[in-house]
Amino acid sequence: MNILLAIAVLGSIAALFGALLGFASIRFKVDADPIVEQLDALLPQTQCGQCGYPGCKPYAQAVADGEAINKCAPGGEDTIKKIADLMGVEVLPLDDNHETDNRPKVAFIIEEDCIGCTKCIQACPVDAILGAAKQMHTIIIDECTGCDLCVAPCPVDCIEMRVLPETIQNWQWDLTNIPVKQLD
Amino acid sequence: MTDYLLLLISTVLVNNFVLVQFLGLCPFMGVSSRTETAIGMSFATIFVMTLASLLSYLVTTYLLVPLNLEYLTTMSFILVIAVVVQFTEMVVHKTSASLYRLLGIFLPLITTNCAVLGVALLNLRLQHNFFESIIYGFGASVGFSLVLVIFSAMREKLTNADVPTPFKGAAIAMITAGLMSLAFMGFTGLVKL
Repeated sequence: MNILLAIAVLGSIAALFGALLGFASIRFKVDADPIVEQLDALLPQTQCGQCGYPGCKPYAQAVADGEAINKCAPGGEDTIKKIADLMGVEVLPLDDNHETDNRPKVAFIIEEDCIGCTKCIQACPVDAILGAAKQMHTIIIDECTGCDLCVAPCPVDCIEMRVLPETIQNWQWDLTNIPVKQLD
Repeated sequence: MTDYLLLLISTVLVNNFVLVQFLGLCPFMGVSSRTETAIGMSFATIFVMTLASLLSYLVTTYLLVPLNLEYLTTMSFILVIAVVVQFTEMVVHKTSASLYRLLGIFLPLITTNCAVLGVALLNLRLQHNFFESIIYGFGASVGFSLVLVIFSAMREKLTNADVPTPFKGAAIAMITAGLMSLAFMGFTGLVKL
């Protein structure tokens, strides 16, 4: 008799709490993970895929699920630091798979060598390559994000990444490089 | 009134759950590498512990004791704690996504924080009444939070300190915790209950 009472008591407590949790799960429902949106906003939106994901949004989703934060080469150190702040993890140096030189670069087609195969056009995520089959291709510098996705598919290796020359238009203040000392 | 105040001080400082009674060491070591996370964890734990000690008091006094089922206390306490933690998790997820992200796995792990079950069981053993139970739970979690936040602040400083290689990482954290425990022993005899 006593054991039945025990089962009934525990069962009813469990049922009561279960109902409470069921109610709470409806009342406090979270539609989408807002952290993904915040991460996506921090990423440079080059959609270059150097992180191994098809674009910035999928990488944001992956970071939210625990992927390493140091895979965004175009974003560089700045982006890693911002992601680390948002996620509450340690800042990591950029992944070894990527070169650390993150000066802005654009692809450059050595036009004498181009055979007009259109393979780089298909690889370009931002349509920055102009050309047609059996016609020489060229890069629209203003559109190129420097993602270097077009370099690998070229069968004659006529695409190289060149550092953008610094002009008055794209020169940026690099205030962090000026040493600032706090005096007591 | 004075009794309640004394009970609060004694649970926060003299009988500190982490450093004197050695309960809840897992989150103490696990969540203390960043102060921000530690503060988030502290608030979650304060909420869970206070609510869990209140609910477990109600369950024992109005359900288990009248029906002569005291042997079910541990089981029903775990049920109560699990529900409170789940509920907290849902509320935190809804209200603060970044806190939810910071706490990560440690939020559901409050369920297995032995300090929470410890509070409920100690309330029973020390035969606390309703208000004493709440104050004991609140005091225990405030003590836990105090120590956790102090410890995490120290660990943040330690990451910049020049620590000999064999002591790097967990080793120096353990030593720090031991020294803190020694320091808290200094509170013994502050309050006699």
